[in-house]
Amino acid sequence: MRKLLFKNLLRRSLTEPRPPTDDAMLAELAERLEASARRVLGRSLSIREVDAGSCNGCELEIHALNNVYYDLERFGLRFVASPRHADVLLVTGPVTKNMREALERTYNATPDPKWVVAVGDCAVDGGLFAGSYACVGGVSQVIPVDLHIRGCPPSPVALLQGLIALVESKQVAGAE
Amino acid sequence: MSLREDISANATLAPQRPWQRFIVAEDVWRRCTRELGAGNATLLGYWSDGEAVHMAITAPEGDSGQPGEPFVVSLPCPDGRFPSVGALHPPALRLERTIRDMFGLMPLGLQDKRPWLDHGRWGVQYPLGERGSALADGYPYTFLPAEGPPMHQIPVGPVHAGIIEPGHFRFTANGETVVRLEERLGYVHKGIESLMLGAPIAHAAKLAGRVSGDSTVAYGIAFARAVESAVDVDVPPRAIWLRAVMAELERIANHLGDIGAICNDAAFSLMLAHCGALRERVLRTSDACFGHRLMMDRVVPGGVACDLDADGAAAIRSLINEIRRQFPELVELYDNTTSLQDRTVTTGILNPGLAQQYGAGGYIGRASGRSFDARRWPGYAPYSELPFEVPTRTAGDVDARVWIRIEEVYQSLGLLEHLLESLPPGRVLARVDAANRGPREGIALAEGFRGDILVWVRIAEDGTIARCHLRDPSWFQWPLLEAAIEGNIVADFPLINKSFNCSYSGHDL
Repeated sequence: MRKLLFKNLLRRSLTEPRPPTDDAMLAELAERLEASARRVLGRSLSIREVDAGSCNGCELEIHALNNVYYDLERFGLRFVASPRHADVLLVTGPVTKNMREALERTYNATPDPKWVVAVGDCAVDGGLFAGSYACVGGVSQVIPVDLHIRGCPPSPVALLQGLIALVESKQVAGAE
Repeated sequence: MSLREDISANATLAPQRPWQRFIVAEDVWRRCTRELGAGNATLLGYWSDGEAVHMAITAPEGDSGQPGEPFVVSLPCPDGRFPSVGALHPPALRLERTIRDMFGLMPLGLQDKRPWLDHGRWGVQYPLGERGSALADGYPYTFLPAEGPPMHQIPVGPVHAGIIEPGHFRFTANGETVVRLEERLGYVHKGIESLMLGAPIAHAAKLAGRVSGDSTVAYGIAFARAVESAVDVDVPPRAIWLRAVMAELERIANHLGDIGAICNDAAFSLMLAHCGALRERVLRTSDACFGHRLMMDRVVPGGVACDLDADGAAAIRSLINEIRRQFPELVELYDNTTSLQDRTVTTGILNPGLAQQYGAGGYIGRASGRSFDARRWPGYAPYSELPFEVPTRTAGDVDARVWIRIEEVYQSLGLLEHLLESLPPGRVLARVDAANRGPREGIALAEGFRGDILVWVRIAEDGTIARCHLRDPSWFQWPLLEAAIEGNIVADFPLINKSFNCSYSGHDL
């Protein structure tokens, strides 16, 4: 193990520079975020991921945000185990009817101020699963959504862009 | 005489390919159930189309005791009832409860009256059969009791602490020791089989690719092969090779992710960091070669949706070299870290008898002595022409499941090298002519990283999907998690669960 750790000290870091933020996302956020709420948290957000019926594809890419290439935590964003510790709910899936109550309860357990980011095409409007007897179809049908990150699944870069936009639009507004 | 030959003597043959499907009478159905219960046959799948119930079975044939060709038995149920299989053969239980939930067909003799996927939230009952009025909204679900000295229950989920799929676990513990674990699943039921009804084949293939996102290539292959068998498509050899390239990339990526995550659940995050970096390299190579990190929608009925150019092949070769260079160090790290071994060795032992009874596939079966691999048997192209080994172990613990994954990474690397070397030239997509061909049925098994995926499809006269059933390997693995945890401490559950890594979405459909 020491050999491996020592090698890591010598080799170049794998972590990549941050991706540019997406103007369309910033615009969507500017409409949603309230200046008062933005001041509260500073440049740090705790994220709770909720799978509301995804195929697990989005989860795989959200997981990837924690790997050394994307290293989400350097942006002040980290995943937490409980909604009670969270500022942001990252919700995936077309919201199955069997998960609806669990999603509502998770949302209600998250303290204010809070933001909801809907991840993946299913989370926007149900995607391929829209119209099923078992799906509500889109996260915004159940809880208010502040930001949509599209893709099937969205790449980690797209996820990073969205989440950085969330932190930065808070910061800009907080400075006002 | 083997069970299959025996049945074929007095049964009607249905238009299914490549395995035979026999339409049988109740006595034959009961006989199959008894053979399953006695351990003389293995259940590969169990589903309904609303009119009949179907079981895919394999039984040993000949003197060698080798598994014989799989076949399907179908029992028509005009009065909405059929003799329970689960009553004699527990691996069928949840599938049978699902048939009841979906179609309203009643298994006679099944003790467990509780619905499985239906949580009373759909606003409709029996969504795939004659729809009835809905169950009471969120009706209470009774968990099985555990009796004995003062015990406490620990409810977990459906929303879990990590970035994982939802499901409910009900632990009954005596102090730290788990006395009983009962799973309740169905939270991510999306109604995929109902969305497939009447769908054009291309659209249904997209749905099949999203049954379980981590196995999108394997599902793509299983679905495509079922359709191609049904309507006689001659798939170009290059497409078959490229499918295998994608399948092995998917297997390596998932195994690397799992090895890292299992070690992380034993609080050894160094492995997660290194395996995570390697996994990311696999996904980026997949993206560069096939245009999607998880390779969704790249396998389509008729072939594949994209070709591999010389740059792509070079990128995969360089990826293979990189993994071959870095992975052995990580394996050594795993093998030589006693604090990690202390957590994984002898933890969560799955008894080989249960693995056999349930027909558990993938690393779960192979870590408990069951060497089943759909690539080897019943086998499909191109694997019969390629050298590879199916690693097996007998310890059945978390450690064995890690080692199976490690060995499979090496096997897949070897397969990739062979595939690239022997990649045939030519086109990669054949036309799928499904309309006006009469009623057609196809069935296929494909080996995903988690185990064998079964897809059965019936194609209507107009070339759309009349019925489709997709059976995830997790159906025969989830129940075994309940057995493997018994007698372990609660704190080891995440580790054992991760070493199983069953699919929620694939199971819930």
